[in-house]
Amino acid sequence: MIAMPTDQRGMAFLDEVIEEVPGGERLLHCLQCGSCSGSCPNGPDMDYTPRSIFALIAAGQREKVLSSNTMWCCVSCYACTTRCPQNIPITDVMYALKRISLREGMATGTDAPALAKTFTGLLERYGRSFELGLASRYYLFNKPLSMLKMGPLGFSMFTRGRMSLTPTRIRQLDQLHAIIEKARQLGGAT
Amino acid sequence: MKYAYYPGCSLETSGAAYDVSTRAVANLLNLHLVELDDWNCCGATEFFSQDELTASAVVARNLALVGPDFDQLVAPCTACYLNLKKTDHLMRGDKKMSDKINEALAAGGLNHQAGRVQVRHLLDVIHADVGEAAIRDKVVRPLNGLKVACYYGCQMVRPFNDVDDSEQPTKLDDVLAWLEAEPTHFSAKAYCCGGHMTQISEPQAFELIRRILQNAADGGADMIACLCPMCQLNLDAYQSRVNRHFHADFRMPVVYFTQLMGLAFGVERKKLGFGKEIVAAGPVLERKLRTLQQVG
Repeated sequence: MIAMPTDQRGMAFLDEVIEEVPGGERLLHCLQCGSCSGSCPNGPDMDYTPRSIFALIAAGQREKVLSSNTMWCCVSCYACTTRCPQNIPITDVMYALKRISLREGMATGTDAPALAKTFTGLLERYGRSFELGLASRYYLFNKPLSMLKMGPLGFSMFTRGRMSLTPTRIRQLDQLHAIIEKARQLGGAT
Repeated sequence: MKYAYYPGCSLETSGAAYDVSTRAVANLLNLHLVELDDWNCCGATEFFSQDELTASAVVARNLALVGPDFDQLVAPCTACYLNLKKTDHLMRGDKKMSDKINEALAAGGLNHQAGRVQVRHLLDVIHADVGEAAIRDKVVRPLNGLKVACYYGCQMVRPFNDVDDSEQPTKLDDVLAWLEAEPTHFSAKAYCCGGHMTQISEPQAFELIRRILQNAADGGADMIACLCPMCQLNLDAYQSRVNRHFHADFRMPVVYFTQLMGLAFGVERKKLGFGKEIVAAGPVLERKLRTLQQVG
């Protein structure tokens, strides 16, 4: 077998990805058939299509994979997952690549991580999502010029009673926070 | 029929029409939906991109809040539906993960026994538990002449395909036919609406929205019926920007299937959230449904 580049823990990248995904060992069975790439609605915008990404993972091309925009183009439509003849949980692999890439600070060239972080920040603060808060914070810090374009849309949503100016808070925020804190501890995130 | 009801965040605001029409229709069909007390956001696709265990624990809090009187949890939003179902599925299949999630829940005095609660999508409940006879029985204002493209999107039919076909689902078409509307040929019915891509990369999202609107228009649809607040938002609220981007002229109203059910059941339009859509459905409905002109 060809020697593969390894990460600091001395683990081949393929194993690292497999460990991160429930059912990830199915990756070993990838046939490189390309059903995933052909099914992907965002395939044309990816640095590497899903099929290429799996080849790169197997080849231990850690940096190329983790700094690519591929997983950030994935919007979880699961078309690839249901079509994969080898039952690889492809969408979950994409989620795993997002997580590893974020942990390693390698997510660049996309606003997707900023949106994800703004979203979960609000979830943690209120227990519910807050669309106006999400839109204003995310656009202000990431695409301030787009705020002008979004203005009319926001106004139409507001006049139709589809946008709240204030967030809804759950009652037992302390309970939610305790759960989140414990989960982070168990996952080794704190 | 009694169910715990998880509306999800969108149904409180941008998808309010879905919530109000769901409640109105459930009432008429004797579906007793009891809102889950103090439910929290499911994290959509955003939390799982960052930390799987924490994301799962946040979802599992909702499953743990389902009281002992209930064994079914109904979600109308497909993203919420999938997160709830996927988390329960994960806990059933992975003992180690399940133990960790429960350890996190225990910090908040909660516990979830995987498999105790069945997570259902609203459409499945309406199609399977209520069924054709009971629905036809309630129709007082048949939707004859209304051509509807039935749009399922992704997450109700994928990755789990135990409720409907993952490529060419039919259950929403059935329900619309029971209301005597005419479901159109619509091969994009389970295509992706772009999800959060409207926030991240507009050109990417706009092309996905365009092909769905185009396919619905090509099939002769008067409007699109959908079952997910994210799909509704993308196809409806972004439609004018999609038109500008492609120099197109789509005028395709996008409503929730529960709104059309309510309409056929004789409920007043304003009690079903009609008028909240950006591309107005009113003129099309009035033109197509003669009975509406008399009743309102």
